[in-house]
Amino acid sequence: MAGSVGGKLGTAGRTVHRPFLSEPLWIRVLLTTVALGFLAFFLALPIATVLAQALKKGFSFYLRALSDKDAWSAIRLTLLVAGVSVPLNLLFGVASSWAITKFDFWGKKFLITLIDLPFSVSPVISGLIFVLLFGAQGRLGEWLGDHNIHIIFSIPGIILATIFVTFPFIARELIPLMQAQGNEEEYAAVTLGANGWQTFWRVTLPNIKWGLLYGVILCNARAMGEFGAVSVVSGHIRGLTNTIPLHVEILYNEYNFTAAFAVASILMLLAFVTLVLKHWVEWRAAKDIALSEPGAETL
Amino acid sequence: MFLKRQSGGELTAPPCVCKVDMKFQLKQYSALPGFGLTMGFTLFYLSLIVLIPLSGIFFSAFSFGWGHFYEAVTSPRTLAALRLSFGTSFLSALINAFFGLIVAWVLVRYEFPGKRFVDAFVDFPFALPTAVAGIALTALYSQNGWVGKHLYALGIKSAYSPFGITIALIFIGLPFVVRTVEPVLQNLESEVEEAAASLGANRWQIFLKVILPTIAPALLTGTAMAFSRALGEYGSVVFIAGNTPMKTEIAPLLIMVQLEQYEYASATAIAGIMLVVSFVMLLCLNVLQAWGRQNENI
Repeated sequence: MAGSVGGKLGTAGRTVHRPFLSEPLWIRVLLTTVALGFLAFFLALPIATVLAQALKKGFSFYLRALSDKDAWSAIRLTLLVAGVSVPLNLLFGVASSWAITKFDFWGKKFLITLIDLPFSVSPVISGLIFVLLFGAQGRLGEWLGDHNIHIIFSIPGIILATIFVTFPFIARELIPLMQAQGNEEEYAAVTLGANGWQTFWRVTLPNIKWGLLYGVILCNARAMGEFGAVSVVSGHIRGLTNTIPLHVEILYNEYNFTAAFAVASILMLLAFVTLVLKHWVEWRAAKDIALSEPGAETL
Repeated sequence: MFLKRQSGGELTAPPCVCKVDMKFQLKQYSALPGFGLTMGFTLFYLSLIVLIPLSGIFFSAFSFGWGHFYEAVTSPRTLAALRLSFGTSFLSALINAFFGLIVAWVLVRYEFPGKRFVDAFVDFPFALPTAVAGIALTALYSQNGWVGKHLYALGIKSAYSPFGITIALIFIGLPFVVRTVEPVLQNLESEVEEAAASLGANRWQIFLKVILPTIAPALLTGTAMAFSRALGEYGSVVFIAGNTPMKTEIAPLLIMVQLEQYEYASATAIAGIMLVVSFVMLLCLNVLQAWGRQNENI
């Protein structure tokens, strides 16, 4: 993403309008109208619907829906789940991208494909695999039952399913970035006597910080918003194993629409914050690239 | 797994054997430290979270027996669900390919006020939790909804129908085509178009014969991604689908229903089929992306 922003900056000065390379005005207007109409229909209308439904019974009802005890426990659980799964995936993302980009070994492409795998698995199946493993009738179910360990229909299951669906986010952001940056700076650091940790903290990390943050933002958004996988393993116990998206579903299925949309509006806010942060990071990364290039003063 | 493989066990090996040895190594020598630690953790975490749980599906499918598997997969209800999932996913991917191309084109080539805002906004379906999308679209397209009101008046049952499912799948697949086509359109050299124009081609011919072949791999990749995502989608679809068996029950929902009725064998069988399809799609995507890279190099 950062690369495409850089590309935009680089070509901005070159765009010269030549009549034979552009479409007639009426086609341009038509295409722009179709594109904006499509986006308005599919993006703006749902957003407006959430807000309108959430505030249907007035602002005080909205606040009451948000201060509900079960809503708060859902918010707490969501924060806990994201708080555990994002750091673990961050650790994995950094370790795997170091192993993959700093060394040459057999089967590298295959390993990258394996890391991407969770993205192509349906959320429902992502939950199902843990039920088959840890559920009461699962492979380890009996043993877990004997030792009184609860994973499915309990918080560990929710965390496991969330880690699975958000697994590739940070790694897939870091691997292409570190591949593009090459290893010269790390070689220089090691040659100058730095050890592995010093090289990582002082050379690699400053180079990849924006990509890392980008991955964390996307990973966190998905971890907080995941519905399908978590729905399979949660058991929907009110106040105990309900994350915010599951709480929205319960309220909705109880025909408590206004409250459902009120809680949903928190998740929509999360989506907006994610988008804003994501673009801020893209902008910062592009600025860093522009500054590090020779002749940047002329920009 | 990454041990050095010795090329010859003879004690008389000449000193230069270490050079030959390099070729047979699974890992080439690097001056940088940390391979053992990072690769060890990577493989451990990958196996624990992804590989072992995922392969469990196939072991379970086998352990329930072939007869069970066949019965679950060929039952009319499963076949109807698979047909519906594939049909609506395909249709929504096609619609996204068409409109996504137009959106990408307009965002790259034309200027209008608020363009950067609109461009940022395209990612919204990625950022919005699917459950929120699901209830918002249901409210919008149900009989009393802002859009549903008009569609129902026209005799179109826009919620709790395949129509509604397709709408939800269009929503979640929307960014894929735009985001894969955009960078390729941006990098398109205007020289080629100039050459075509100077040879007398009109705008439509240039689009069809110069631009479209160049962006075709990206367009297909984006469409395949949207299709693949739509096949497995659950959260945004369940609310608007209606979930009537044989009619508006998608495959992921059927897995969920079977699981809730403790029909583990059927749930696993359907999940196994869906997983195989996902892997085939992943393979197709890799081939498509390789084709795209080849195209860029020409």
